[in-house]
Order: sequence, then structure tokens, then C-alpha cells
Amino acid sequence: MTRRQRRLVLIGGSLVVLGLAAALVLTVMRETVVFFNSPSDVVERRLEPGTRIRLGGLVLPGSIARGDNLAVRFEVTDGKSAIPVAYTGILPDLFREGQGVVTEGALDDGGVFRANSVLARHDENYMPREVADALKRQGHWRDSEAMATSKP
Amino acid sequence: MIAEIGHYALVLALGLALIQAVVPILGAQRHDARLMGVAGPAAVAQLAFIAISFAALTYAYVVSDFSVVNVYENSHSAKPLIYKITGVWGNHEGSMVLWVLILALFGALVAMFGRNLPATLRANVLGVQSLIAAAFLAFILGTSNPFARLVNAPLEGRDLNPLLQDIGLAIHPPLLYIGYVGFSISFSFAIAALIEGRIDAAWARWVRPWTLAAWIALTAGISMGSYWAYYELGWGGWWFWDPVENASLMPWIVGTALLHSAVVMEKRDALKVWTILLAILTFSLSLLGTFLVRSGVLTSVHTFAADPTRGVFILAILVFFIGGAFLLYALRAPQLKQGGLFAPISREGALVFNNLFLTTACATVFVGTLYPLALEALTGERISVGPPFFNLTFGPLFIVLLLVVPFGPLLAWKRGDALGVAQRLTAAFGAGLLGIAVTFAVVEGGPVLAPFAVGLAAYIMVGALIDIQERCGFVRLPFRAAMRRAGGLPRSAWGTAVAHFGIGVTLLGIVAETSWNTERIALVKPGEVIAINSYRLTFDGLANRQGSNYRDIIGRFEVRTDTGRPLGELIPAKRTYPARNTTTTKTALLTRGFSQLYISLGEPEADGSVTVRLYHKPLVLLIWIGTLFMVAGGVLSLSDRRLRVGAPQPARKQGSAKPSLQPAE
Repeated sequence: MTRRQRRLVLIGGSLVVLGLAAALVLTVMRETVVFFNSPSDVVERRLEPGTRIRLGGLVLPGSIARGDNLAVRFEVTDGKSAIPVAYTGILPDLFREGQGVVTEGALDDGGVFRANSVLARHDENYMPREVADALKRQGHWRDSEAMATSKP
Repeated sequence: MIAEIGHYALVLALGLALIQAVVPILGAQRHDARLMGVAGPAAVAQLAFIAISFAALTYAYVVSDFSVVNVYENSHSAKPLIYKITGVWGNHEGSMVLWVLILALFGALVAMFGRNLPATLRANVLGVQSLIAAAFLAFILGTSNPFARLVNAPLEGRDLNPLLQDIGLAIHPPLLYIGYVGFSISFSFAIAALIEGRIDAAWARWVRPWTLAAWIALTAGISMGSYWAYYELGWGGWWFWDPVENASLMPWIVGTALLHSAVVMEKRDALKVWTILLAILTFSLSLLGTFLVRSGVLTSVHTFAADPTRGVFILAILVFFIGGAFLLYALRAPQLKQGGLFAPISREGALVFNNLFLTTACATVFVGTLYPLALEALTGERISVGPPFFNLTFGPLFIVLLLVVPFGPLLAWKRGDALGVAQRLTAAFGAGLLGIAVTFAVVEGGPVLAPFAVGLAAYIMVGALIDIQERCGFVRLPFRAAMRRAGGLPRSAWGTAVAHFGIGVTLLGIVAETSWNTERIALVKPGEVIAINSYRLTFDGLANRQGSNYRDIIGRFEVRTDTGRPLGELIPAKRTYPARNTTTTKTALLTRGFSQLYISLGEPEADGSVTVRLYHKPLVLLIWIGTLFMVAGGVLSLSDRRLRVGAPQPARKQGSAKPSLQPAE
């Protein structure tokens, strides 16, 4: 092979790999990306049951109901709408009434959000970023802060 | 007073850094030895001043001087001494001081150990290194002063984030930073080479140990961080594909590529332009990581908006260094001479393959990490790109790469014989097939692909052994002769084999943990028994325990095998820190061989029962043991390099004896 041919093999091979990787990224991205929604988004967009989303907001005070075998139900609100959430498992340390929460899962046919995970990651103000922004959109940022600090 | 000394030292360091960034480079342009001579002493003095500053901040933490805002916000007088010290870098300002301390340390090391470098190269390298230091010192002094005072000193501090009050904080960030920042040296070398418009195999020989040292630290740092997250967060996960983790993984991947391409450049004088590009890319990704973590753009767009100076400042640094480097690269790279011709199937070819797949894998991580940020900035739509994305893109690329790993070291330089190597790897293929068969036969359940991954791991491990065996010839030659050859093998050859073996070990751990992990979540009353795999855990009840600056609710679990043999006690805890009124989960681990039992407590109920999260994690320790092999391989290779300094370079002589192989273009 001449130098030129060798270089073509190298460049051609690289392009093929990069192209395949790009195709892979695009397909996988379409299938695995999860959109974040506030309770109002869920109501306004009339989400199909079964669509995986992240639902974030505040845990509505007084809405937590524990069942058997670690089943728990609570409502997530952004001050305008509230969505009932059902989850089975251990809740994160910082899960409290009036505090921000992000859950991932899908709506069932009865309009209950079946969460597979309740996220424990918070920033230093114990408010997930998405939740803070969603609340601000609803104009409830100050309320929520007051709510959060009134709780010990 | 001490804090002011620290602040002042930082200002002096900035002044010195500015001088060191300008004078030596000017001197190199004019070939003025006196101007170039400024670089060495300035680099050492810069390190001294930053060290004074760091010591002053540490002192403020140790004596709990709450008149310093930074100490007040992140420390507590009742905190154990070790966490007072580690708390220095457990916050934004302090961690940036550590960042520049390590940057200056590397600069000073080049100044001290780089006496055999050509004078102009040394001056340019130290100049560029100092320019980076100047930018970050200005950032600290301008936006993140760790020595700011409070007018009325509070009596008590607000304590460190409880998650950070762990021995992991003592080890993980410094190692990670040594890795991150260590790549600045290869960057400075690359820029210096571009400034001079000249680069040769000797350049690669100087760069490689620095890159290797940074890579070793970064490998250890990431691995340590992963183990820390594993036992600290209480969810049993060891890698979350979290943006902050990805920020450290990206420089590691490209740094690994750089390590391999530098070998080609050193041994064969080829891939020069590409190596320079990788050196620039690696440190650019380190800077990007610093930006992602330190600007607050990840945790909150809100924080970014509230304190835009920090984010904008780091972004400006980022644009200046990355943009400037690429501009210089575009202008100068075409002038660099190409050399070292090789066939696609050859050691060089294998290393190019390695580079191609590593950089592509890094690109997928890059897209997955930054696409959500870009989309949000452009459309306001919020998305999360989670583990499935990375597993499905990064995973396949890495598997292809891993299949080729055992081939690389066995292929000859310039022109290799793939079939011949495949024959020599027969035992490795056999081990792979055996691994698949045994896994299918012995282990029940798990994903269908898992046995194949076990086979791949076995193939890589045996492949690494074959690499050594082929060089020593244990069966072909008499034992003594083989031992002599083993003793005479360069340490870098051992290093390669050990590091590659480690990849197989880590892969085995990852596959076993993700495929055959058992999880139990249960509500237990005192006296109740929970079973997991072949273990029986008896819950002996909850108790209270008072710590230095926290309260624990501990649960006692007696562990027995299903035959009733006692194995010990697991004592997980719920730990509450009154200063911040926060609670964390302290997990308890029981190690059996390479597998672990992992237990963490949920909320205790009023009647003395408690929910627990219990895992059996088969071979989980192999994940980190494998990275220890990689680190050991790196250290072996590094020690070899030091021994070789000053020794004749046969590879180069050979190269210059056959000039026809390196036609200038």
C-alpha cells in the first residue's frame, strides 16, 4: 500500500466508526431521553399513560399515606395542579412534606403516577433545580421557601 | 492576621504568575538566557506562596476561626480534626485553592526535574503553565476569595455537608485534582511545541511520564470516588453517569488515549500532530469539568444567575485557553513534520484503533452530558439523559475496544501479523469460551449477555498474561532462561500487562455486580430474620449513639450463613447532624472474598421496627481491585521511565539510520 492508500484506510475507517457512533447516539437518545414535567405540564399537555417522564414539584403537606410492604402514596404539586404518585420502596432521607422531590415513572390509566424512583439528589438548598424553576414559573418560589423553612 | 497573610500570599502568587507567564516566553523568542532563567525560580516561589496561602486557610479551619466566612459556612468546632482539615477543600473556594496549589506544584516539579529539557522548551512550558495559574488565581481573588471576613464572628460554624464528613473526602478530591490538573503539563508541553513549531520523539519522552503521573492519580481518584459514592450514598450504586462523574471521566478517557498515542510518538515518531491534539483536548476536558462543577451550571441554573461572575469568569478562562490552543494548533500543526509510516495492521495501527474508539466513546459521554444543558439553554425544555443512554452508546464502543486490547501489545511495530497474533492468543480465546461456558452452567439468572461479558473479561486477563509469557517464553525456553528474560523485561512492558489485566478484573466486577446483584427491601421488627442468598440476618434492635457532632440511630444485625455459622455483625446507622439538621445514612458492609453484603437503614418506625435496604453484591470489590491493577501498571511504567533517563535510545538510532522510512512532507 502506498502512503496515500494507508492514510485513506485510516481516515475512512475513522469516519465509519464516527458515523456509526453518531447514528447510535441519535437512536439511543431518542429512546432513552426522559422529559421533565411539572404537575401543571402533565395536566396541560394531556400526557399519554405509559410515557416515561420525570415529575417534579413539592410533596403536598398531609398527602403522604403509607401502605403495607413499603408502599407509599403522596401528591406532587406546583401550587396550581397536584398529581397523585404511587411508589414502593425506601424514600430518600430528605423526603418530607413540603419539600421538593423529583420522581421518575409513568402515568397509569387511572391518572396515578407510578414512580420507579424518587430522586434524592438535591442542591445545597435541598431543592432540585427543576423543581425550583417549575415553582418559579408558577410564581410560588417564595411560598415554597417559606414552606420549606417552616418545617424543622 | 493569619488569614490576611494567606490572602496576601495569594496576591503575590498572582503577581509572580503573571511575570512567569510573560518573561520566559519572551526570553525564548529572543533566545535570551537571562529572561528564560526567570521561569525556574518563579515557578518554585509561586508554589511556595500558594502553599503559604493554603496553609493559612487550613490553619483557620483547624483553629475554627469563624470570622472567616468560608470557615463559618463549612466547619464546626466539634468536628473531628481530620474533617476540619479535609473541609478546607470540601467547598468551592477552598477546592479552587487546592486546584491552583496542585497546578503550581506541577509547574515547580517541571522547573526542578526538567533541567535536561532544552532551554527554550522549558521556558515556554513554564510560561504556559503559569498563564493557567494566573487565570485561576485571578478567578479565586476576583470571585471566590476564601479569606473574606465576617465583621461579627459567630460563635459556631454551620458545619460541613454531612455527606462530605467521611474519609473519602480526604483522599478523593486531592487525587482527582492531581489527575485533572496534572494534564496541564501535557497541555503546556503541547502549546510550547506549537509555539516553537518543532516537535520530535524526545518531546514525547518528556511528556509521557507527566501524562502517566496525572493518569495514575486520576484513575485512583475516580475509582476512590466511585467506592466512596458506593458506601456513602446508601443506594448500592457505584457509578451513576451523573454529569459531575462524567466531567472526571472524559479527561480520563482522552488521557488514556493520549498515553497510548504518546507511546507511538516516542517509539516510532509517528502520530505527532494527533498527540498534540489529544494533549490539548485532555486538558480542555479537565477545564470543562472544572467549569461544569464549579460554575454551578449543573446543580442550578438559578445559582449561575445569582452569582454570574463565577460562571462567566470560568467560561472566559475556558474560551481563552481552549480557543487559543486550537487557534495555535490550526496555525502551526501543518508545519509539524509527519513521520513513521506504518501498515494498518501493526502495533501503531492497534494504538490508533485504541485512540479512535476512546475518543469516540468520550464524544458520546460528552454529548450525553452537555446535550441536556444545550437543549435547556436553547428551548427551555428539560430532559434527563440517564444511565440507559450511556450504557447503550459507551458500552458497545468499549466492548469493541476491549476485544482488541490483547492484540495490541503482541503486534509488531510497523507491520503486524494479525493471524499470527490470533494464534498466539489461542489460550485467551479458550479462556474466554471457558468463561462463557462455566458462567452459563453454574450461574442462574441474569441477563443473557452477561456470560459473554464474563468471557470477554477472562479473555482480556489471559491475554495480558500471554503478553508477558510471549516475551519471557516460559514453555519454549528452560525455566532459568525464561526467568532471566522476565527479569530483563522493561518495567513498561510489565506495566502494560498489569494495567490491561486490571481492565479484565474491573470488567468482571462490573458484570457480576450488575447482573447478579440481589436486593431486598424489608420492614423488620426486632428478632426478625431476613434472608438474602445464603445469608441469614437477625435484627437485634435499634439503639442510640452519640458522636462528636452527630447522633446515630444504629441497627444491629447478626449475620449467619444458612448453616448457622456466625459471620459477624452489621451495624448500619442513621446519622443526624444537628448543626445543619440533616440526616445521612451510614451503610454497613460485610466482605466475603470479593463479594459484599451491603445494608442501609431507612426510616425507623415508632414500634422499634425499621425498613432496611439489603444487597448481596457478588464480586463487587473486583471493580476497584481492577483499577488498583491499572494504577499499579501505571506506577511500574513510570518507574521504568525514570530508570531510563539518560540511557541510549536504540529505537531512535534505528530510526535515524533508515531515513527513507520517514520522508518529510
